[in-house]
This record gives sequence, C-alpha cells and structure tokens, in this order.
Amino acid sequence: MVAQANTAGNKKGFLQWAKSRKGQQVIIIVAFMIIPLALLFTFTYLPFGEMVGYSFHNMKYVGKRTFVGWKNYASVFSRKDCFGALKLSLYYMGGSIVQLALALYLATILSFKVKGGNIFKGFMFFPYLINGIAIGFIFKFFYTRGFVFDTVLQWCGFQLENLPYWLRDQRINNISLVGTSVWRYFGQNMVLFIGAIMSVDSELYEAAMLDGANKFEQFRYIILPSIKTIVTLNVILSITGSLSAFEPPYVITSGANGTGTYFVVMNEIAHTQQKVGLASAMAVVLLLIIFAATILQKLFFKYAFRNAEDEDFGAAKRRDKQLAKYAARKAGR
Amino acid sequence: MTALQKIGHYLVIFLKYLSLVFFSFVAVLPVISCVITAFKSDTEYQNTNVMTMPVSWANPDNFLQAFDRANMGRAFINSTIILVTVLVVSVLVGTSLAYVLNRFQFPGNGLIRNLFLFATLLPGVAMQVAVYEIMTALHFINSLPGYIIMMCGTDVIAIYIYIQFFENISVSLDESAIIDGASYFTIYYRILLPLLKPAIVTACILKGVGTYNEYYCANLYLQNKKLLPTVATSLYTFVGPLGSKYNLICAGVIISLLPALIVFILFQKQIYSGMTAGSVKG
Repeated sequence: MVAQANTAGNKKGFLQWAKSRKGQQVIIIVAFMIIPLALLFTFTYLPFGEMVGYSFHNMKYVGKRTFVGWKNYASVFSRKDCFGALKLSLYYMGGSIVQLALALYLATILSFKVKGGNIFKGFMFFPYLINGIAIGFIFKFFYTRGFVFDTVLQWCGFQLENLPYWLRDQRINNISLVGTSVWRYFGQNMVLFIGAIMSVDSELYEAAMLDGANKFEQFRYIILPSIKTIVTLNVILSITGSLSAFEPPYVITSGANGTGTYFVVMNEIAHTQQKVGLASAMAVVLLLIIFAATILQKLFFKYAFRNAEDEDFGAAKRRDKQLAKYAARKAGR
Repeated sequence: MTALQKIGHYLVIFLKYLSLVFFSFVAVLPVISCVITAFKSDTEYQNTNVMTMPVSWANPDNFLQAFDRANMGRAFINSTIILVTVLVVSVLVGTSLAYVLNRFQFPGNGLIRNLFLFATLLPGVAMQVAVYEIMTALHFINSLPGYIIMMCGTDVIAIYIYIQFFENISVSLDESAIIDGASYFTIYYRILLPLLKPAIVTACILKGVGTYNEYYCANLYLQNKKLLPTVATSLYTFVGPLGSKYNLICAGVIISLLPALIVFILFQKQIYSGMTAGSVKG
C-alpha cells in the first residue's frame, strides 16, 4: 500500500517535473541530441576505437583474428610501399602552394572592377562541382597520348615526340596528377578569398585612394591583413590535405607507375588484399602524424603572428567579428 | 599622365585580362574537350583529332547509349532518393542540434562541440576501413537506407553555420514566446526554423553537392551496381571493356555533371556565399 502510494507519488512528481521549465529543458536537450550523437558515435568514434583495436591484430573482414602486438606498426615502417608513399605528399604540398598563390592572385584581380568578372569567376569555380569519378575520366582522356593536352601543346609549337607520357612517365606523372587537383580546387579557394576581401570596409579603399595608395599598396596594407586568417587556415588545411592525398591517383591511375599515395596504398591493402590489421595500423600512424602536424602548425602560427597580434589585437578581434557578421549577412541573403 | 604611365596603365589592364582569360581557358578546356568528343560518332572519333569539331552538334547517339549502358535512369532515381532524404534528415538533425547547443547552457555543451570539431580531423577514407565492419554488422551493405543513414552522419560545417545564425537571432524572441506559453519544441519548430531558412539553403547546397558527388562510400557500400547505382558510381560502368570508347565515356560524364551545372547556374550567389560562410568558422 505504502509502496504503491510512493510510486504514484513519484509518477506525479515526474509528470510535474516534465511540465516544469527545467524538466522541459532537459527533455528537449536529450531528445534533440540523441540522434546526432548516435550518428557521431556509430560512424566516427566507434570505428575509430575499433580501428585502433584492429591495428594490433592479423585479420581479414571475415574469419579469425590473431593478436600480433606491434607487428603491423613495424611493417608500416619497414615495408617499402607503405611509409615511403608519404614522400609523394611533397608533390601535393607543392601543388597546394601553387594553388593558393594562384587563387590569391586571381581573387585580388577579381575583387577590383573587372568586366565580365562573374563569368570568369564561374568558369574557374565550376570544376569544384564535378564529381571525382567524372574528373578521373576527364583527365585520363585529357592526358592520353596525342589527345587534348598534347594537341594544345602542339598548337603552341611543341613536337609530339618531345612530349612525355603524362601519366606513365615516372618523372612527370605525379606532377600531372597534382595538376588535376590544382585545377579542381583553385577556383573554390579563389571564391573564399574573394569573400574575405569583399568583407573589408569599402571606406578603407576610398581612404587609401584619397591618400594616393597604388594597387600594390592597397593589396599589401588593406587586402592582405584582412585575409590573413583565412589564408593561414587554408595553409594548415593544405598540409594535412597533402598528407592524406587520395582522389587524383585513385580515380586516374589507380596508383600505378609510382603514383600510389599513402591512402591509395592503404585502400588497396584494406579492400583488395584484405589485410585489415595492417591497413588500420597505417591509418592510425597517419592520424597521429596529422595530429602532430596540426598542433605544430597551430603553435608555429601562434608564434609567428604573436607580435602582430599583440600590437593590434583589438583590430584583429574587430576584423574577426566583421568576418562573422559578413558571413551571416551573406548567408542571410 | 605621362605617356609612360599610360603605357603602364594599359599594360596592367592587359595582363589582368590575359590572366583571367588564360586561367578560365585552363579551367574549361578539359570539360570542353569532353563535350566535343561526346558528339562524335565511332568512326569520326577514331579518325579525327580530339580537338577537331564534330560533324554534327545534334548527334544524341552517344548520350542515349551512355545513358542506357550505364543504367543512368536507375542511377538518377537512386541519387534523387538519397539526396532528398539526406537533405531533409540532416537539416532537421543539424538545426535541432544547433538549437540545443546555442540556446541552452548545460554541462557537456562545450565537450559535445569539441567532439564534433575533433571528428573533422579524422580523414574519411581512413575511417572507412573500420566503418566497413560496422556497416556489415548493421546489414547496411547493399542497402539504400543504410547508405542514407551513414550519409546523414553529422556535418560539422552545417552545424556551425546554424549555430552562427542562431547567435544573430535575439533570445528575447524565445523569451516572449515562453511567456506566451509556447513549449521549446514549438519555439524551435514554429519560430526559429522559419527564420533559419537562409542558413538552411546555404547548408543544403553544400551538403547537396557533396552528397550528389560522393562516390567512394557509394562504391564501397552499394556494391550491387545493377540495382543500386548512383550517378557518380554509374560511371564505373565505363571502366574495363568500354575503357577506350571515349566518345561514349565523355557523353556519360557530361550527363552526370549536367545537374550540377544547372544548380550552379541557378544558385550561383548562394553557392558562393555558402562557400564563404562554411570557411569562416569551419
């Protein structure tokens, strides 16, 4: 009898609690977060944990697994095709520097008054919207002996005999692949930079013009400081991106002829050879390298920008606010 | 202005347009060459240079054949189903999460934000080694709903766009609704969600482009290429025996990028601002 009354009391208490503001808050917080957190756990953190576990086993997707300790990690560093593949990321880093410089140059041009600016912008941005497989086919075709690229070079006076096989010649094929990646992303970077440049108060330009600043001075003292944050961010992203370069070799050469980047090799080991343990170890090693690189870069940029930031911390803050406002306003359109 | 200055002035303008024309040409050349080739018949393709214009610009044979061979009708249906479901689900999930994270201070709020941020550091391709096992355990291989659920997985950039937008919507709006007796769900659904529309458009464009173009996971998890092709993976049909019939392949490529081109022409402004919004906080 007493117990019954008690549960009834609890029930009533719960209902009352659920009706109160506090109760409603808790309910809505839990209800709205359960799905995203479940997805995040299932497709990110659970596999991450599993992967670390796999890396200590000798296993396939099906069948029995044996614990092998650090052996997979030892193979990652001793096998020629694994760790050595990271050397290729230097090509991709070089490519992303070219890409960022090009994007910055074109963004600067386009942020001044240019006839047909939107059309140029559209042409250069569109490659970003093409799917990876299509890009693979487009460039296999583009680079084939005597096809598009060779034809255009012949128009410019080159002899076909003097031209290399763009995808087969090991001296040049990685550069050809990096070229496709630059082609795909420079327009997108350019659009980012234009956005940042446009966020600068137009009064600043007018003031600069009145003071007699030329185009270069405008770039140096108005544009560059205003996009420092976003350029830095993109440099950081490009280094981690180069370490995990995957798409160009995967869709164009399948990693043949010495174009297999680290992830292409890992993908092959995981899904074709089914050496899941070794592939997991490779993934974990690269993740650690990426974390280390990210932290080092953060420290480096903190150090490099320390003086400037100290001196003009207020201005930077204001600029960040402006950037955020700009984005919100843009998004609000 | 002296003569020298004048020359310099025109030289700068000339160089400006020269670089714009040159890089625009570089950007479109690979695609244009595909369009040219897609209109050529087999004999024409074999006997002419790739950059020679086709005899007829109205020859649809390659397009029809590519559409048929690559099962692109099915692919477009699948891609549409995937796109619509993923967008609807991820908008609802993303906005509700952003609402809770922005409007309520509770223990773990910061931790959850960091969990999402940290997840962006893990490269997708590497994770699939282990996700594959989980997809197998959940019987999500060769299952359209399974692939869709995986694709709904959290999109951090969208969440940040939403949070940023919520920050600009005054809390006093919520408060007056509470005084009127509205529940939190009503506030989210009736008041804030409609206000969030511009941010939703931005996020949808970003996510939509990503989803339509996704092929790595589609290839890995939708292995039944006959029944479950997406537009991106349907192009895999041309790997192998058809691998040198570039007039056919180019037609397939052009078909696959047409929707992206149309969306781009219609929503240029939103796409550009979406890029910018995504990067500032992302």
